[in-house]
Amino acid sequence: MSGNPYLFAAYAVTWIIHIAYLGTIVSRYSRLQKEIEALKESGGRS
Amino acid sequence: MKRAFPILGVLTAILLSYALYEALVGAPTEQTMGDVQRIFYYHVPSAWTAFILFFVNFGASVVYLIRRKPAADIVALVSAEVGVVFCTVVLITGPIWARPVWGIWWTWDMRLTSTLVLWLIYVSYLFLRRFSSGGQTPTLAAALAVLGALCVPFVYFSIWFFRTQHPQPVMGGGGSIDPRMMHVLLINWLAFSCFALLVCWSRYRLEKLRRDVDEAHAMESLLEPHERVR
Repeated sequence: MSGNPYLFAAYAVTWIIHIAYLGTIVSRYSRLQKEIEALKESGGRS
Repeated sequence: MKRAFPILGVLTAILLSYALYEALVGAPTEQTMGDVQRIFYYHVPSAWTAFILFFVNFGASVVYLIRRKPAADIVALVSAEVGVVFCTVVLITGPIWARPVWGIWWTWDMRLTSTLVLWLIYVSYLFLRRFSSGGQTPTLAAALAVLGALCVPFVYFSIWFFRTQHPQPVMGGGGSIDPRMMHVLLINWLAFSCFALLVCWSRYRLEKLRRDVDEAHAMESLLEPHERVR
């Protein structure tokens, strides 16, 4: 297999898209964790 | 069940690595297109995975419309979201392959145009779910999903019904493929299907947690006035 730039671009773009989507899941999850902690704190106060 | 997720994660990582090796090294080089043909090992499995996810979305939407089960609504949302990700991969890797082979990035041929329309339908579905509020949103989204799913067979069979520039299907169509290439194609499909399952599973757990937190917020806002009185 030779270093074809189109082949490299297609494979790289595929993984960039998947990793970016996984990144959005991780960031949404960490935001939710913060919300859960805030809920626990407010529950503890009352 | 708690153990199944990391086990599937490790298996998927091994499969994806093996599939990548087979796509780049193991598969024979195509005589006319050369190495650029190897894009096919990512493009086609991504398309098949997207189609399966859109069918899952269709099935879950029908179940939601009949039984109103929240779990079916979550499955519908998750499968549409991950399906759009895979469909995006298809729409980007296709033109990257077309440029050196056809000499153009894009042509308004039936397969390409219908795939773009399919992508737009499911992006609209996600926009509807994201920006619409109120109890009717899951029902409206399910109705849109049922209509959107009608587009999937149209996209798949478009290369049979219309004269297009897109290559013929390698399974059940007029195209043929070297058995070694077919093996690599199926390995990549299996790897991407496992990856899609893993991502859907994570996204399902996230959405379930999101709804639990929303419910807790609602309960808290109901309790607050009572607490103030006390």
